Order: sequence, then structure tokens, then C-alpha cells
Amino acid sequence: MAEVPLVLILVGLVAYTLLGGADFGAGLWELTARGERGSALRDHTHRAMAPVWEANHVWLIFVLTVCWTAYPQAFSSIASTLTIPLFVAGLGVILRGATYALRAGVSSPREEGVLSVTFALSSVLTPFALGAMVGGIASQRVPVGNAAGDEISSWLNPTSILTGTLAVATSAYLAAVYLAADSTRMDDREIADAFRKRAVVAGLVAGTIAIAGPLVLREDARPLFDGLTSGLGLVALVVSALAGVAALVLVAARRYEPARVVAAAAVAAIVAGWGVAQPDPILPGLSIEEAAASDATITAVLIGFAVGLLILLPSLAYLFRLVLSGRFDPAAPLAGDGEGTVELDLRDTGKGGRTIALPVSGGLLGAGAAITFIADDALRPVGVAAMLVGAVGAFVALASLDDAEPTKNGG
Amino acid sequence: MALDVLASAFGPVQQDYLLEARQMQAMSFVAHIPLVCFGVAFPAFVVFAEWRHLRTGDPVYRTLARRWSKVMLALFAVGVVTGTILSFELGLLWPGFTAAFGDVFGLGFTLEGFSFFTEAIFIAIYVYGWDRLSPRTHLLTGIPVIVSGITGSFFVIAVNAWMNSPGGFRIENGEAVDVRPWEALFGNSYLAHEIVHMYVAAYIVAGFVLAAVYAWGWLRGRRGRYERTALTIALTAAAIAAPVQLIVGDWAARVVAEEQPVKLASFEDLRETTKGAPFTIPGGPEIPDLLSLLAFHDPNATVEGLDTVPARDRPPVGIVRASFLTMVTIGTLLAALSAWYLLVRVRRRTLPSSRWFWHAAVAAGPLSLVALIAGWVTTEVGRQPWVVYDVMRTDAAVTGAGGVPVGYATLAAVYVGVLVAVVWILRRLARRPLEEDVERTAGAPSG
Repeated sequence: MAEVPLVLILVGLVAYTLLGGADFGAGLWELTARGERGSALRDHTHRAMAPVWEANHVWLIFVLTVCWTAYPQAFSSIASTLTIPLFVAGLGVILRGATYALRAGVSSPREEGVLSVTFALSSVLTPFALGAMVGGIASQRVPVGNAAGDEISSWLNPTSILTGTLAVATSAYLAAVYLAADSTRMDDREIADAFRKRAVVAGLVAGTIAIAGPLVLREDARPLFDGLTSGLGLVALVVSALAGVAALVLVAARRYEPARVVAAAAVAAIVAGWGVAQPDPILPGLSIEEAAASDATITAVLIGFAVGLLILLPSLAYLFRLVLSGRFDPAAPLAGDGEGTVELDLRDTGKGGRTIALPVSGGLLGAGAAITFIADDALRPVGVAAMLVGAVGAFVALASLDDAEPTKNGG
Repeated sequence: MALDVLASAFGPVQQDYLLEARQMQAMSFVAHIPLVCFGVAFPAFVVFAEWRHLRTGDPVYRTLARRWSKVMLALFAVGVVTGTILSFELGLLWPGFTAAFGDVFGLGFTLEGFSFFTEAIFIAIYVYGWDRLSPRTHLLTGIPVIVSGITGSFFVIAVNAWMNSPGGFRIENGEAVDVRPWEALFGNSYLAHEIVHMYVAAYIVAGFVLAAVYAWGWLRGRRGRYERTALTIALTAAAIAAPVQLIVGDWAARVVAEEQPVKLASFEDLRETTKGAPFTIPGGPEIPDLLSLLAFHDPNATVEGLDTVPARDRPPVGIVRASFLTMVTIGTLLAALSAWYLLVRVRRRTLPSSRWFWHAAVAAGPLSLVALIAGWVTTEVGRQPWVVYDVMRTDAAVTGAGGVPVGYATLAAVYVGVLVAVVWILRRLARRPLEEDVERTAGAPSG
């Protein structure tokens, strides 16, 4: 029971790396886009990312909440020792969200340039900071306790620099592959080729870091190195390398849709490999059993999860289906015919009901308010419910009334 | 009973900047809570407008819904990041609290995560789905946005309610044991009134802030059908909610009087336990028995004074009283303005035409925000010095890390930038010509 939430955290981390990471990676590419075509690249990036940005981002929240609910002391130890990178990651998230919100309003190239730089800044800050945190944990630099570890060397060390850089590089790589696939779907060969080039470069860089990585770990974090070079860790490493090479080949061959999946698998394998190779299940000197919340809490989280997934998975599938099938693309056909509405003779709609609806709702609202005011605990829910239902009804009735022309009534 | 020392690695630490840490947290809430109001109430306005369009075929409603949906998305995006910062701060600033009680209250945030997920998914489908989905489907995708906006804040407020009225665990050897998370979150006596109080506040704030923008235009002659329709929706929502809030506030005060007498005593700076306690209007007379009447609906009721607890267990009374009075005063003024609006609307079926009303409506926007924040200050500063009421002190929860003032200053600077950016984007969106949203556009929505 105590281990189950760890699996959820790992799944959440993989999802965030694959989806949120790609979002941040896109920011780097905005910076490399210059001139006339640069604008087209940026537009494409924004269009492809915009509908899924918010959903992609939630995975991080997900990881955090499960972590502090299921392993409260571990979460607090990590957050208090790794305060600086966590804060920096937060700043990056703010910058990313702000550029996303502002994008709808930009009109001049100069404004677009400012946004691109901000977006690119967040693209480096957040993945690097979060990657460095992972490195600090994996190299056993976070002890249990309130800010018990070193505030600087816990995240500014060879392993953290490696993991941070790797996070930035894989984000950029994933972004380029996804964006190439999206532009192929939109039949934009030129943009697809631009991202193809970027994907190959980023893939080579990320691959090099991933391969050189163990050399750094050997010196700096021997237990982690041993974990990665034996057993399941080694399997993950090999899978990642094979998938990485396959993805590069697919990208070079312009087979972007399969490349998307294989590239994601390569990155997912790295994250999973770190997860299984980590010397301590959680933190040094803290076993899973000690770290885990009570069974009651973990059961509650799992129930919440099961119910949540029932809602989440179909919703997520619906969103991604709409996006990946190109329904939100500029060239997609418009839905419906004309205004797609009924009853153009609007002034008469529900007029009879309206006259009754308002006094009925108002009466319910008033009665509910009176009951709420005088009632004891037992009767109060009735009063509150009546009051709120009455309020909604009164709103619908009153806001639906056509506004009389002020000129006619004199006001 | 008090959990002064957690019998683990998370004993109290030396933190010279506890006050700065609290201010940083407060600032982060102040940035986030107005956006929550829009997250809760705005989707309902937008979907209502779209529904009116489907019912009547009137293009004004459609234009309104489209334009508002872009504003909704921009505000939601900013709310996503300010909300993320709040969750970071649970670890950055209050690791002692999270370490000791994460297993008790954390479930609320896990559930909120799903809610937030649903909201993020459907808000994207809704805003990017204009003209891409059939009108009926499009309207339906707005419903989960409304529902998840409400459930999301429900789960977060459940955590706050638990902090004010903690239960669902026992303290044994300085640790929380026998944890019953469902009971802690959803079985506490603060949840019901906090939720309703906050939802109603959300409609007041979203309604009046939105109305203030159009009221400003009204005073400058922008009184077309589009503007009148926008004003009707925003003002009607706010005007129904504001008087309701007086009743809900009364309910909340009575629960506080029962369960957190020290907080209630701070509202009046009532030093000693008094039978028939008075209430003093600042700069005005002391009205006999009024506090007893307000708190217990009985002029002769005994109200516990601040002297029931030692000085170190009292909140900063001046701040609590000032914010309580601010909230109540503004709330009452807004209810009065609302009554006038409703009277005109019901009797004459039109918007008020007096100039004073529109000046007041412009002021009501910022004032409603002030009341919202004052209300949260009342309940949260009123809870001090406890983070978990009567169980864990705030100074036992704080981080041992250095650099709190640096983080505070940095975040403050970034949030000022975000505020400027939000104002900029809203003005930009507002200046777009209406025609852009009347016609069905072939390009992707620019939102």
C-alpha cells in the first residue's frame, strides 16, 4: 500500500515531462525563430500548444499534491532544502502563464519579440530547476528535515547540472518533434522541415548528454550510477537509447507521427530509469513505510484517483482527439450551418414562464433567506438551498428579460 | 493538546522572517483570490449568454459570449500560475505544516487537482471550439467549466475550513495519528458557510468588476445594445448575490461565535467576557448589546472576550477588526446599491439611468475586491497565531530556509509585472472591434 502513490507520482512525472516539458521546450524554439518565417514559426508554436497548455501544466500540480498527501515529510524535506530551485521553477511557471495569457493581445513584432524572450526564459528556468531538483534528490543531497540540507550545493552540483541540462534538452527535443508532426498535419511542409532540423539537433544534444551522463554520475553519485548500470535501471537506459536512435531516424525520414510516440518513449524511459535507479526509495534514511501516510489517507487518495480518472481520461481523450485530428486548426471546416440556432422569433420566447418565474424565484429566495436567518442547524440547509436555488432562478428570469429601450421609457 | 513539537525531524526551527513569510503568503492569496472569483462565476455568465443566443438567435449574446470567453481564458491562465505558486508555497514557506498534516488535508488538493484538470481541459475546448463544434455541443462543453470551477474551490476551501475547525485526527506523542481524511475535510463545521460565503462573493466580485468596466463606458456614452446586455448580466448576478451575502455573513458570524470566540472578540476588540456585549461603530457611538445580537441573535447573550486566552494566543486584533469592518461596510453598501438596481430592473425593465448610480457602479468594482480581500484577512489573520486552529502554531510550521525576504521581494516584483500585463491584455481585448466576434471567422480564435 505504501508504495502505490510512488507509482502515481512517477506516472505524473513522466506525463509532465512529456507534455509540460514539450510546452516549455517550444519556448526555446520561439527564440530561434527570426524574421518573416520566424513569425510563422511562432504562430504555429502558439497555435499548436495553446489548447493543451493548461491541461499539460496540471500534471505538475498533480505530482505535488500526491507527494505531500502520501509522503508529507519527504515533500517538506525536499521543498525546504531545495527552496531555491523550487522557487525558480515557480517563477518560470509564472512567466510561461503570463506569455500565454498575453499572446492573445500582441499586435506588433516588437511585442511578439518581448513575449518570445520571456517565454524562452521560462523554458530554460523551469525545466532546469526541476531537473536540478531531481538530481539533488537522486544524488542523496536532500536529508530528512526542515531545510536540513545545504541550500546551494543540494541543487548546484555535477549531478544536478547534468539532470537540469538534460531536462532543458529533452524538452526542446520533444517540442521540436511534436511541432514538426503538427505542421505536417496542417500541410505546412516548410515549417515541418524547420522543426525537423531542430529536432535532429536537439535529439543529438539530448542523446549526448544522456550518454555522457553516467560518466558524471560515476564520480558524483556512485550509488545512482550503480543503479543505472544494473538491473532495471540498465534496461531503462538501453530502452531509452534505442528509442532515441529510432526517433532520430524517423524524424530524419519525416515520419513524424510515429516519431512523436518513439521520442516520448525515449524520454519516458529516462525518467522511469531514474525512478528505479535511485538509491533510496525516497530520501536517505527514510524508508517508504516511514515516509508514507496512513493507510486511511492512501486509500482515500486512491479512491479519489479512481473517481478522478473516470472523469479525467475521457475528457483528456476528447481534448487530444480534437486537437490531434486538426479540428482546432485554422484550415478546419467550420461546424454547423449558419448561426445554427432555433426560434428566431425571440421576443416571445418563454414570456409566459418569465412572468411566473421571477416572482416564484424571488419568493423562494426570500423564504430561504428568512429560514437561513432564523433557523437552527437542522433546518438551515433547507434555507440555504432554497435561497441559492431562488437566487439562480431569479438571475435567469431577470437577466433574460429584454432590456427596454431607455429612450422609450425615459428611464 | 497543542502541538508545539512534532516528534520528528520537523521540530520548530529558527526563522527570523516569519512575518515576511506570512506576508508573502498573504500577497500570493491576494493575487490569486480575485482570479478564483472569475474562475467560479465568469463561466456561468459566458455560458448563460451563449444559452440566450441559442434560445433567441440574438447575435448580441453570441458576440458577448465569444468576447467574454477570451477574457475568461486569459484570466484562467493567470489563475493557473498564481494557484501553482500557492501550492509551491505549502512547501516553500510552511514545510512544518505540510510535514505534520499533509496526510490529513492533502486529499483536498489531490481532488482539487482533478477538478482543475477538468476545468483546464474544457475551458480550452470551449474557447477554441467556437465554430468548430456544433452549437449545442459547444454550449455543453461550457457546463464542465462551470461545475469544475465550483468543485475546485470547494476542495480548497475544505482545507481552509479544516484549518479553522480541525478534526479527523488525534495527536499522540506530537504526531497526527488515527487520520480520517474524509471526515477532516468534509465533516467539519466550517465548510458549509465558508463555501457558500465564497461562492456568493465570487458572483459579487465578478459581477461588479465586470459591470464597473461597462459602467465606466456608460458614463462616456457607450450605451449600445451590446453594452446594455453585458451590464444586465453582470449587474443582475452581482445585485442578487450582494443582499444574499448579508444573510450568509450573518450565518458565518454565528458559527465563528460558537467555535472561534477569540476571533469573534477581535471583531469588536472585546477585552473581557461580556453579557450583552456592545458593538462600537468606528468614530461613532457604542451600540449596546449589538455584538451579542449579531453573534447569537440574542441581545443578552454572553460573548467571550479576548481575556479567555493568554496574550500569546490572540490574533493581531487591530488588523482583524479593521478588515472585518471594511468587509461589512462595503458589503452593506453593495447590497444597498443592488437593491436600487433590482428595483429599477423589476419595475421598469431597464437599467438605472441616474448618473450617481453609474458612478457608484464604477466604484463598486474595486470596492468589491477590497471587501473580498478584507474578508479573507478577517478569517485568516483572525485564526492567528494558529495555522491549525488550537493545534499547531504558525511559527512551528514555517520553513527553516533562508532568503525569505528575497523570495518575497522577487515575487512581489513579478506579481506587479503580472498585474500590469493583465491590465494591458484586458484593455487590448476590449479595444478589438466588436465585428471581429460577430462574424464567424475562418482563422483560429485569437484567444
